[in-house]
Amino acid sequence: MLITVTLNGKKQQSDVEPDMLLIDFVRAHGCLSVKRGCETSNCGLCTVFLDDKPVLSCSVLAARADGKSVTTLEGLQEEASEFAEFVADQGAEQCGFCNPGFVMNVIAMLRENPDPSEEEIKEYLAGNLCRCSGYEGQLRGILNFLDMRRRRDQI
Amino acid sequence: MFSAANYIKVKSLEEAWQLNQKRSNKIIGGMLWMKMGKGRIQTAIDLSGLELDRIEETDEYFKIGCMATLRMIETHPELNRYTSGAVREAVKNIVGVQFRNLATVGGSIFGRYGFSDVLTVLMAADSSVELYKRGIIPLREFAEMKYDNDILVSVIVRKTPARFSYMSVRNSKTDFPVLTCAAARYENELILSVGARPSRAKAVSVPEELANKMMNEDTAAEIGRYAASQLSFGSNLRASGAYRRHLTEVLVKRACMKLAENGEEEKSCL
Ligand SMILES: Cc1cc2nc3c(=O)[nH]c(=O)nc-3n(C[C@H](O)[C@H](O)[C@H](O)COP(=O)(O)OP(=O)(O)OC[C@H]3O[C@@H](n4cnc5c(N)ncnc54)[C@H](O)[C@@H]3O)c2cc1C
Ligand code: FES
Ligand code: FES
Repeated sequence: MLITVTLNGKKQQSDVEPDMLLIDFVRAHGCLSVKRGCETSNCGLCTVFLDDKPVLSCSVLAARADGKSVTTLEGLQEEASEFAEFVADQGAEQCGFCNPGFVMNVIAMLRENPDPSEEEIKEYLAGNLCRCSGYEGQLRGILNFLDMRRRRDQI
Repeated sequence: MFSAANYIKVKSLEEAWQLNQKRSNKIIGGMLWMKMGKGRIQTAIDLSGLELDRIEETDEYFKIGCMATLRMIETHPELNRYTSGAVREAVKNIVGVQFRNLATVGGSIFGRYGFSDVLTVLMAADSSVELYKRGIIPLREFAEMKYDNDILVSVIVRKTPARFSYMSVRNSKTDFPVLTCAAARYENELILSVGARPSRAKAVSVPEELANKMMNEDTAAEIGRYAASQLSFGSNLRASGAYRRHLTEVLVKRACMKLAENGEEEKSCL
C-alpha cells in the first residue's frame, strides 16, 4: 500500500506492507538511530515523534503514519546535540545503547515542560529503560543540564 | 507480532462494523496489546480517520472517543478536575509516555483486561460505553459481557457530583499492577472498584449504614474488610490470592482516607 510520510522534514511516498512496523520503515529509510531493544513495548529505545508526539515506533504500523510527520534523532541534530554532548561530558551513561531513545524522550519532555522537577523527570522518562546506568547518572545529567540552562539564561 | 494481509482505514463506523463481522478481520486500536499476539489477521481495520480521538465535554458528561489515547485522559484538565486526579493517577504508571501516546481508551475498555487500571478507575465513575450496534450500556454491565464483534465508539463519563481517589500496588513501577483500587463518594453512595484480583475490576457498593459513618481510620478499615469480603481473589506470578485480599483491605482503607482528605480540601477551597 502507498503511504505519504514526512520523514525528518522530507515528504516522501513509499509502498509498504500493511503490517510493516514504523521502526522498520524509518530504518529502511536510513534512520539507524532508531533501534529495537525489546519485543514487548517496554524499553523506549525505538522512540520517534509522530506528529511531534513521542511514540514507540516498534508498536505502531507504518500505515498509521500515512499523512503524518515522523521525526527521528537524525532530524533533530541541532536540538539534540546540546543535551547529548552535555550528558556525554557528564559521564551520565555507560554503554550508550539506550541513548537515542533517551535523548528523544528528554527532548519531548523539555518541549512539553521546559523546567521539570526531579519527580516530573522520573515520571516522564519511566518508559526509557537503561540496563547499565541505574538511572542515577542520567538523572544527575538532566538536572545539571537544566541547572546550566537556568544559569545561562540569567546572564 | 501478528501479520496482516490488508489494512483498511475505514470511512464510516458501518464500514468498520461490516468488516469486523468476519472473524479473521480485527479492529486495531493502539495495537499495543494486539502486537503481543502472533496470529494472522486478514484485514486490520483502522478507525483513526473517524475523528474518534477526541474528548468532548458538555455540562453533563465527558465523551471519550475510542481512539483517544491514555495520555489524552491523563493530561485532560477538566476530566482530572472532575475525578479529583484519579484518572491521571490510574494511568501514569502504564509503561511510559510513548506507550500512553499510542494505547487507546477503546482498546483498553473493549479488552476488559483483569489488570486494567483504566477499567478500574472508569468503573468507579458513572460511566457507560457507547457500542455501535447495541447502543449505550453501563460500563459495569459491559465489563461482565462476553466479547463480540460490536464496535466500542466512546466511553461516556457522567458528571454526577462525586469525589474520587485511586490507588495501585506494583512490584516495580511500570509493571502490571498487583492490585488496583478506585473509590468514589457520591451524594448517596460509596462505590469501590477493585481490579487485578487478578480478574477484571468489579464494583462494590458499600451499605448505607457503613458508608455514612463518620470517616476515620476505624471506619476506613471496616470498609476495607467489607470490600475484601465481597470479592474473590486469585494467584498468579505477581502475587497470591491471600496477599491480594490483604492488599484490598489496605488499599480500600487508604482510598477512603484519601476521599475524606479530598473532601476537606474541597471545603477549604470554598
Ligand atoms: C507491555 C504492556 C504493559 C501494559 N501495562 C498496563 C498496566 O500496567 N495497566 C493497564 O491498565 N494496562 C496496561 N496495559 C494495557 C494497555 O494499557 C492497553 O489497555 C492495551 O494495550 C489495549 O489498548 P490498545 O489501544 O493497545 O488496544 P489494541 O491492542 O489495539 O486492541 C485490543 C483489543 O481491543 C479491540 N479493539 C480495539 N479498539 C476497539 C474498538 N474501538 N471497538 C472494538 N474493539 C476494539 C482489538 O481488536 C483487540 O482485540 C499494558 C499493555 C502492554 C502491551
Ligand atoms: S523496541 Fe522496546 S519499546 Fe520499542
Ligand atoms: S547506558 Fe547501557 S543501556 Fe543505558
